[in-house]
Amino acid sequence: MYTFSSKLKTFAFVLMALGLVGIVFGFLTAPKTIEDVEKILADSHHGGHHTEAVAHESHDEHAATAAHHEEAKTETVVADSLKTENDTVAAAAPVAADHHDNHKVEAAHGHDHADAHAEHQEHLEHVLHQLQNKPWAALYVACIFFMLISVGVLAFYAIQWAAQAGWSPVLFRVMEGITSYLLPGSIIFFILLVASGMHLNHLFVWMDPEVVKHDELIQGKQGFLNVPFFLIRAAIFLAGWNLYRYFSRKNSLAQDNANDDAFYKKNFKLAAGFLVFFIVTESIASWDWIMSVDPHWYSTLFGWYVFASFFVSGITTIAFVTLYLKSKGYLEHVNTSHIHDLAKFMFGISIFWTYLWFSQFMLMWYSNIPEEVTYFITRIENYKLPFFGMLALNFVFPVLILVNTEFKRLSWVVVMAGLLILTGHYIDFFNMIMPATVGDQWFIGVSEIGSLMFFFGLFIFVVFTALTKAPLLAKRNPLIEESKHFHY
Amino acid sequence: MSNKVIHVLYNDDDILMDAVRQTRAAHHHIEEIYTPFPVHGLDKAMGLAPTRIAITSFLYGLVGLSVATAMMNYIMIQDWPQDIGGKPSFSYIQNMPAFVPVMFEMTVFFAAHLMVITFYMRSKLWPFKEAENPDVRTTDDHFLMEVAVHGDEDQMVAFFEKTGAVEVKVIDKH
Repeated sequence: MYTFSSKLKTFAFVLMALGLVGIVFGFLTAPKTIEDVEKILADSHHGGHHTEAVAHESHDEHAATAAHHEEAKTETVVADSLKTENDTVAAAAPVAADHHDNHKVEAAHGHDHADAHAEHQEHLEHVLHQLQNKPWAALYVACIFFMLISVGVLAFYAIQWAAQAGWSPVLFRVMEGITSYLLPGSIIFFILLVASGMHLNHLFVWMDPEVVKHDELIQGKQGFLNVPFFLIRAAIFLAGWNLYRYFSRKNSLAQDNANDDAFYKKNFKLAAGFLVFFIVTESIASWDWIMSVDPHWYSTLFGWYVFASFFVSGITTIAFVTLYLKSKGYLEHVNTSHIHDLAKFMFGISIFWTYLWFSQFMLMWYSNIPEEVTYFITRIENYKLPFFGMLALNFVFPVLILVNTEFKRLSWVVVMAGLLILTGHYIDFFNMIMPATVGDQWFIGVSEIGSLMFFFGLFIFVVFTALTKAPLLAKRNPLIEESKHFHY
Repeated sequence: MSNKVIHVLYNDDDILMDAVRQTRAAHHHIEEIYTPFPVHGLDKAMGLAPTRIAITSFLYGLVGLSVATAMMNYIMIQDWPQDIGGKPSFSYIQNMPAFVPVMFEMTVFFAAHLMVITFYMRSKLWPFKEAENPDVRTTDDHFLMEVAVHGDEDQMVAFFEKTGAVEVKVIDKH
C-alpha cells in the first residue's frame, strides 16, 4: 500500500493556498469600470513602460482614423491608409457584429470627432471586458487543462483495457489514481460553466443576449449554442466519463478478490463502450468548451486536435507519477521497458498532435478564407511567442530528445521531455482560450500562475490520496503476469 | 593453418539459445549462426554489437530535409519568385507551410531509402549474389552454428554433441 508522504501533502496544500491567493488577487485587481481602464491605458501611455500590445492597438486605430482625415493628401498616405484599412477590415470583418471587435470596423470608418469619441468609449469598454475576463480565463484554462489531463489518462486506460495490452496492467492502479481527479475536476469545471451561463463573466460571447441581438451568425447557431442545452450537454458528457471511471475502478478492485475473470470481462466491455461514447462526446465537448469561445470560427478537425493535446499530456502525467512512485520504491514490477513504452507514446502522440496542429493551420493558411483565417491572424499578431513557442515545446524538443531508444529508458530524460510537453500543452490551451477572451491584453502573470498552482496542488492532493486507497498492483488481472515480466 | 570449422545443427530455437550460451561460456568462437527466422535475443546471446543503422537513418533524414529546403528555396524564392495565387514568395519562412509536405516527404524518402541501401551494402546483398548457405535445411527448419576449430577437435565435437545438437560436422573451409 502507498502512504501519502507528508512532505508531498504539505507541498500540495502550499500550492493550493498560494494559488488561491493568486486567483483572489487576480479578481480583486481586475478593473471594475471604464474609468479604471482609462487610467490603466493612460498610465501605460505616459509612463513610458507601456505594454506593447496596448500601444500597438491604439496606434493602429489612430493610423486608420488619421488616414481617413488626410485622404488624398499624398499618394503614399493613401496607399498606407488603404493598406491599414484593408488590414483592419480583413481582420475584423468576420467578427464584425461581435462586440469584442465591433469598434475596429467602426474605427476604420470613423470620420468626425463625435464618432472618434464614441469610438474611444467603445474601445475602453472593449478593453474593460478583456481585462475583466482575464482572471476568469486564467481560471478556466487551468481548470480545463487539469481536468482534461485526467480525461486523457482515462481514455488511455480504456484503450489499454479494450486492447488487452500485456505491458500496462502493472500501471493500472497508477492510472486509476490519476483519473480520480476527474470527479472533483469536472465538478469545479461544471461550476465554472454554470457561472458563465449566469453571466458572471464574458468568456463565451454567444451567451450575451446583447451580442446575439446584433449578430446574425450567432443567431443562426442558437439552436446549438444556447445556455440550457450547453449545460445539459456538459452535464451528460461529464457524467458519462465519471460513470465509466467509477465502474471501471470498482470492477478493477473487485477483480482482485474474485475467483474468476467476470469483472475483467465486464471491464473489457465497459472500456469498449466508453471509447465509443468518449470519441463522440469529446468531439462535441471540444466545440462547446473551447471552440465556442470563438463562435464565428469553425474547424472540422478541432476535436481530434484537442484530444491529441490532452491525450499526450495525460500519458506524460502517467509517466511522471509512475517515475515518482518507482523512485520511492512502491512499484516493484515496473522496469525501464514500461517507462520506455510510455516514452514512446509521449513521442508518438506529440508528433500526432503536431500533425493535427499543422493540418489545421496549413489548410487555413493556404486557402486564406477570411472567416477562417482570422483565428490564426489574431494569434500570430498578438501571441507570436506562445503560438510558435509551443511548437518547439510540443514537437521539436520531444522529437529530438525522445527519438533515441537509450534516452527513453532514462528517468531524468523522460522527466525533462515530459516537463516540456506539459508546459507546451498548457500553452496550447492558453492559445486556444485567451485570444478570444482577453485578446491582446494577455499576460502570464499572477492570475494565470495562481490558477495553475491551485489546480496543480489540488491535482496532487486528490491523485495521491486516491493512490493510498488500493494496492498499487492489480492482483488477479489475467494479464498481470505478462505485464510484470514485460521486457522490450 | 587449417581452416576447419564445426557445423552444429539444431532443430529448435530454444535449444540453440542454450547452446549459444554454453558455447560462449566455454570460450569457443562462434563464426556465424544461420536460422530460418529471426530468433529473439540471439544477437544479445552471441554478444553482437548493436546496430547503428538507426543513426545512419537519422542522418539521412537530415540530408533529405536539407535537400528539400535548398531545392525549394532556390526554385521558389531565389530563382523565380513568381506570385502564384497570392502566396508570399518574398522569403522562405513566409511561404514555408506550403513547403512542409515536400520537406516531410523528402526527409522520409531519404531516411528510408538510403537506410535500406546501407543495409544492403553492409550485409552484402544484391541481385545475382551467390547464396552463402552452408546447408539448405537452415532456410526451412534447422538452425546451424558455425564454430572455428582450435585445439582438440574431438573434444569440441563431443562438447557440441552434448548441447542438444541433431548433427555435428567438421568441415574443411577453404
